[in-house]
Parts: sequence; C-alpha cells; structure tokens
Amino acid sequence: MSWIDIGHIDEVPLRGARLVKTHIGCIAVFRTAEAEVYAATNSCPHKGGPLSEGIVHGQSVTCPLHNWVFDLNTGEAQGADDGHITTYPVRLEDGRILLDDSAVTRRSAA
Amino acid sequence: MKQRLVVIGAGMASGRVLEHLTDAAPDAFDITLFNAEPRGNYNRIMLSPVLSGEKTYEEIVTHDDAWYAERGIACRFGEKVAKIDCEMKVVEGEHGHRPYDKLVIATGSNPFIIPLPGHDLDGVIAYRDLEDTQQMMDMGPDNKVVVIGGGLLGLEAAAGMAAHGVDVTVVHIMGHLMERQLDEAAGYLLKKSLEDKGINICLQANSKEILGQDGKVRALLLDDGTELPCDLLVMAVGIRPNTALAQEAGLATGRGIHVDDQMLTSDPDIYAVGECVEHNGEVFGLVAPLYDQAKVAAHALLDKEAAFEQKTLSTKLKVTGCDLFSAGDFADGPGREDIVFRDPSRGVYKRLVIEQDRLIGAVMYGDTADSGWFFGLIKDGTSIEDMRETLIFGPAYQGGDTADPLSAVAALPPEAEICGCNGICKGDIVEAIHSGAGDLGAVRASTKASASCGTCSGLVEQVLQVTLGDAFQMPAAQPICGCTDLTHEDVRRLIKGQELKSQAAVWQELGWNTPNGCHVCRPAINYYLLADWPLDYQDDPQSRFVNERKHANIQKDGTFSVVPRMWGGITTPEELRAIADAADKYDVPTVKVTGGQRIDLLGVKGEDLPAIWSDLNRAGLVSGHAYSKGLRTVKTCVGTDHCRFGTQDSTGLGIKLEKILWGSWTPHKLKLAVSGCPRNCAEATCKDIGVVCVDSGYQISIGGAAGMDVKETELLCQVQTEGEAIEVVMAVTQAYREGGKYLDRLYKWLGKVGMDWVKAQVVDDLENRTALVARFELSQSIYRKDPWAEHVKEKAQTYAPIADFTLEAAE
Repeated sequence: MSWIDIGHIDEVPLRGARLVKTHIGCIAVFRTAEAEVYAATNSCPHKGGPLSEGIVHGQSVTCPLHNWVFDLNTGEAQGADDGHITTYPVRLEDGRILLDDSAVTRRSAA
Repeated sequence: MKQRLVVIGAGMASGRVLEHLTDAAPDAFDITLFNAEPRGNYNRIMLSPVLSGEKTYEEIVTHDDAWYAERGIACRFGEKVAKIDCEMKVVEGEHGHRPYDKLVIATGSNPFIIPLPGHDLDGVIAYRDLEDTQQMMDMGPDNKVVVIGGGLLGLEAAAGMAAHGVDVTVVHIMGHLMERQLDEAAGYLLKKSLEDKGINICLQANSKEILGQDGKVRALLLDDGTELPCDLLVMAVGIRPNTALAQEAGLATGRGIHVDDQMLTSDPDIYAVGECVEHNGEVFGLVAPLYDQAKVAAHALLDKEAAFEQKTLSTKLKVTGCDLFSAGDFADGPGREDIVFRDPSRGVYKRLVIEQDRLIGAVMYGDTADSGWFFGLIKDGTSIEDMRETLIFGPAYQGGDTADPLSAVAALPPEAEICGCNGICKGDIVEAIHSGAGDLGAVRASTKASASCGTCSGLVEQVLQVTLGDAFQMPAAQPICGCTDLTHEDVRRLIKGQELKSQAAVWQELGWNTPNGCHVCRPAINYYLLADWPLDYQDDPQSRFVNERKHANIQKDGTFSVVPRMWGGITTPEELRAIADAADKYDVPTVKVTGGQRIDLLGVKGEDLPAIWSDLNRAGLVSGHAYSKGLRTVKTCVGTDHCRFGTQDSTGLGIKLEKILWGSWTPHKLKLAVSGCPRNCAEATCKDIGVVCVDSGYQISIGGAAGMDVKETELLCQVQTEGEAIEVVMAVTQAYREGGKYLDRLYKWLGKVGMDWVKAQVVDDLENRTALVARFELSQSIYRKDPWAEHVKEKAQTYAPIADFTLEAAE
C-alpha cells in the first residue's frame, strides 16, 4: 500500500470535509475530531448527493439532500435506510493527511 | 578485564539503565557518566509539584552523590560532550577524552521554541529543567505570566504558578485544551475548572509577536491584535529529540536516533534510550516507555535477551482538583463506537471507545476512580461483549441502572431561573409544589411560572417530576432528537438560565448522550446559541445545513443557485447588466425571476461560487440570503411614487426594513411585505410579517404563510408613523428569535404563545419593546453584513478541492 499526501489536516474544518478529485470520481475527506480523518466516496447511493457537504457528527456524515446517515467506519447507511458507500484507507502523519494511492489512481482498462 | 561504558546524559532513562546494570552485574563495567546539567539524576516529571510548592527539589532527587560513589560511577557533571568518534570509540568531553567499549546515548530532548519575533528576549523560557522552574517560582501575585501551549506541560506550569497567586494566561492555538489526550467535552470541563482556579484561557489564539522593552519581555501580541502583558513568557509547545551528537557521529537518525528492539543504534557498540530515540517511527515523551527502554538496554549490554515493545499509554494531569484521565486510541481505525456518560450535577464526563468488542480508548473527567480498571481492559484487550451495557459504570456496577434523564434539571441550583418572562426560579417552584401545587396548572396559578409565553412548561413539568417522583405523571414531550431527552423549549430555557455559551457546554451540562450531537440537534443548538449570545458565541458553519454554510441553495444535481439581494425589489440597469454578465461568464443554464422579487441564477458550480460572488459584489450586489433560516426579502408595491391609489411610501419602507433586518438569523425563514394600500399588491397578508399602509398610518399583521400551510396574517397593531412601524417589526422579530423553536415558522410560534402575549410584549409595554429592539440591534452589529464578500476574502480556497488528481495525469 502506498500513501499519497493530499494536504494538512488544518485545511479540513473540524467536523467538516474537503473534496479530492480523481479520475475514478470524487472522494470526500472528513475530519471528525481534532486528529481523526476518514475518506469515502463523495456520492450518496440514494440520489447522488455530495456527502462532503453534509453535517459531520460522531463518526458519521448526513447527506445534505435527503438526510441519509452513513457510518464512516463501515460505510453502511444507518437506521431504516439501506445502502453503502465505499470507504478508503487514510491516515495522519505529523498532521499530513495520507490517502491510499489505490483510491486516486486510474484503474487499468483490463 | 572490565569493559568501559560511557553514558551521555543523566536523565530518567539513563538513570534507570545504570540502576539495572549495577544491580544485576556490579562489576561488569567501568562506568563514566557525562551530564551537561551541573547535577545528577532527578525526577523531571515531579517538577510540577516543585513548582506548585508541594515538593522541594531535594525530595525529587533520585540519585545523589553517594549513590554514584557507592557504585563506582565516575561523574563528569556540568561537562558537555563535544563529539563522539565512532571509529576510535572515544567520547570527547570539554575536559578530556574518554575511550569506550560500549556507549549509551541519553541526550533527551530540547524544548521547541516557536521562532516568533522576540523569542530571544530575556524572560522568554521553556519548561524543561530546574532553572526554568526556579524562574517560574520567582513570580508572585504582582506578576503576570503568559504560557503558550495548552498541552499537559503548559497547563501544569500555569496551574503551578496560579497556586502562588500569579496572574496566568494560557494561550492555545487549538479549539480545546490538551487536544491530543482529550476530546472536546473533557476539554471544556478542564477549561472550566482551570478558570475557576483563576487561570485565563485563550483558545484558537495565534501568537504573532513577543513584544519587549529594554531587551526584556513585555507582552505577547496575538494576530487578532490582542496584547497580553507579561513579566515572563513560558513556551510549552512540545519537545524535539536531541539528536545533534548522534547525527554528527554519523548514526542513523530521523526525528530521533534510530534504534532497534534492543535499543541498539546503527553502530553495534552504541545504544540509545529515552526521549532522544525513534523506534518504529515513534518518539517518546512519557516516562513509562522510557523505563521499559532502560530495562531492555541494560539487558542488551549484559547480553541478555529482551525486546522493547510499544504499549498503550495513559495520561493524567498533575494539577490538583482537575481529575482527568485519558488512554488509548481515539484517532483512525474502522468499526469503532462510543459509549458516553455525562453527569452534569457532578461535572463528570466519561467516554469509552470500543472496537470489535474490545475497549481501545477512554477519556474521563471528574471521576477517574475506575481509570485503572479501564486501562487494564485496554492493555489486555479483554472482550467486553458481556458487559457492554453496563461497562461505563465501572467494575463495581455491573448490572446497574441507566442514567437519569432528569439529571440536568435535578442538578439545577434553587436560584436557577426557569421562567424568564416572570423571573421564577427553580426554588420558587419547588416551594409551591411543597405547598400543594401538584400539576402544571397549579404551579402556574401559584407562581406564574410558564404563565406567559409558555416555553418553559416542559421544565416546570420536569421540576414537578424531580420533586414529586412517581406521584407526578409526566406528559410525553418530544425531545429534540436521539441525543437528548430534552425538548427544544427546555434546551432554550437552560441555555439562557445556565448561561451556556458553547456547544460543548450544552452537550456536557445538559447530558447529551453522543460525543457531538447529530444533524438534527446541531443546527438548532447553533441557532439558539447565536441568538442568545451574539457577542460570546461564534457561529459554527459545520453545524449548519450546506445552504447556510455555502451561502447558496444546493440543487438536486449538486450545483447551486445564486440570488443577489434587490432591496425592496428595486434594481437598476447596472445591476441587471452585472447579473447578465455573470450568467454568461459562469455558463448559468437557468435564469429565473423568484417570488420574492429578485433574480435567481440556477446551476452554478460549487467551485465557481467565490468568483461569481466577487463579480456581483463589484457591481454592489450582496447576498440575498435566499437559502437562510433568516430574513429573506421584503416584497413591496410601488406605493405613492407611481401608484394612483398609494397612501404611503411602501417601497421606501420596504427598503428600510430590508436594510435593517438583512443578515439576521431566525428560527425559520422570515418573509416580509409592505403594501401601499389595502388593495395589497405586495400580498402582505400572507407573509410572516406584513405591513399594509392606510391613510391614517400602518397596519402591522403577523403570522401569515403561503407554503405547506396557507394562512392569513392576524392584526398586531396599527401605528401612525413609519418609525414606529419599523420598531414594532424589529421587536416582534426579536421576540420570535428569542422564543421560537428551531424550524417553527412565525405562525407556529404565534400559535404557541398567543397574540395577546405578543401584543403585551411589543405593543403595550413600550419599555419592553425598546429592550427587544436594543437586543436585536446588538445582534445585528455582528450579523448585518454580506457573507459573500467575507467568504471571497477569507474562505475562497475552501470551495476548491483540497487535491485534484485529474490534472496531473494529463502529463
């Protein structure tokens, strides 16, 4: 697994998110606590709502379009809704956010 | 023949190495100990008790001269080592060489000094050794001290000096204290108890410059312009491993001196221990792992098997009266869940972090009696599957009750105000209940509590429940959300009554059962706090729905709509040209006229928002707040200027009202209209607040709606002058802001409090009307401004992706 530095944690607001654009779609990087980050697809499986614009609480995010709530640990929709978002490995080192490179590189055509 | 061992640095780690070595094999080595400080080993972590006066230096010395003499250790104290020659296996001291067979480097760490202008002034110190401690102990009640750094060390320094009566201010860059060990709730409680000890605490404070006079420190200047005068400035912002000697000697170093599991460096005869080392990417600042390292190094020197393993660590603060504990891991890691327990009456907060039936982290404040047990569960990785339900209550309480949802109200002191309208305290209500008032109606009749606007009814009922127990049947009330058992009305009253001025304060004092709320309660609490404490509370964009955070309306495809303000529906050819140009420039697919008399640009990309706002700002256009739970528009007809039926200048009044009210936040959206005559072309009688001009003055009516519900307004009053009309509108808006439940339109609030109450507040009681207007104006001194201009200036970069990998692949 190799890691790509995408920025400093201070660039992501506490209980907020920032977007990473890649060839395979947009990834949302969430900051749930002073030193806690998660990464997942930006698109809600319900109607494609931009999750990076949602309210971040605990270790979950609420989609801004229709209030689906996803656990950022597992990617599973909470409560009565049924759905799943892809999550990506991400870690912090000296305040830098490192994203697993498989999340951002183009998949081979095969 | 004895081997020659040289040790550089007489700190806690090397001291422990020497103890192990001389105990296990007293004759194995001929030992020489260098130390730059002119003394032997003392217990550095006990400097805080020395500072606060609980201990003396003599009591914290671990190895005195006699100890070294007994073990035949040649001490070269106060002598710096200039160089290590690995080839020749010689250490060069200031007063001569010393050859070695084995070498132990324990050079520790250096305090990190932020290179602010003025950091080299006299009176700027770190908190590291006895000399620093002495300088702090020399401060007294006439002195002011600033401590930069709200971590473990900084707070111990601050508390130590405050114990001597020194006026201490702690400046911390983050949003809460000890953010590496504590979460926000525990950080909030810690701040509160340190403030009770007289320590001033500035959070989110950026230091800009240290100001001096005659070469001596005079004050710290923050980047918001605040000047904090001080006689001494302590920097406690962290430590850096001291690797200089090792690096010059050519040993492998990173952040620290690289060592393997046996504490061996890249040279087979040189070991390193303590704060100067880096093991598997980690460096160390707490004492427990240093002692482990010392033991391993001693074993390795004697050719015994041992390996250093990193373990979970725990933290306690050595400040009297601040009972806190943290251990384990809060950061990263999939599949975790929280168990939170709060007892506001005792100021207790506990949070456990669980992953796959194992406890992996714990934070506690106020009651740490069970911390050892929890730490044991973390270290041993014990399965907590069977005790999950009762785990948080500790080892003695397996199978106990759940927390009392009424504890927040039970915790209120008798003098806490319950009914704000009539100034009735909890004690008055309890007294009335003891005198026989057994239900809400009876309490209302005998004390007047909840007899006016009625929003405190829920709290009065809770006081009844707490006082009467099972004798009182609680009517079912709808809590805000799953995070609390309290209703909106309860929370609003408690925020005012208990003067809660931050979200963390609300979560803790009102016993939230989640770490930081959810998407339902956070926007509501954020609104209540900014409405009640406009000067103290800072709006939290992360607790707002996307539209209010980005000042534009999100559309179903993720694009946004942009609506500039047109005061009273009046525009100019220049403004229209600027709007047309912006629509062209940003490929706006749809341009639509809204129901509120302005123009909507639909389909703007999120990244383009700051740029389009900047263009519109240049033409004098500001945000129309078409997205906000706040003032939207004031719709007008053309009034006396052009209309042959007009009785007053309705357009002019509409513009004035919009200029006064714009930017204000309200429980739900607020729409106004002003019609110039009873023909009512501006449709004022289906707005939240409507003004209809008549020959004799202005009829103000409220509580209309034309959405899911269609309602006609009810007449509030008729006034003679325009000035009076404006005052009544401001006062009624403020009354709604102060009393309304979040997401209740004005008519719903009106339905709860009743027209008679509103009339009494804003029509009959002129003094109260003036006070409402004054409170509205105070809030508007903060919020009457264009958020677009502000975001263009300060936040534009946050609208762009943090990283874009679609650009670089083009190469």
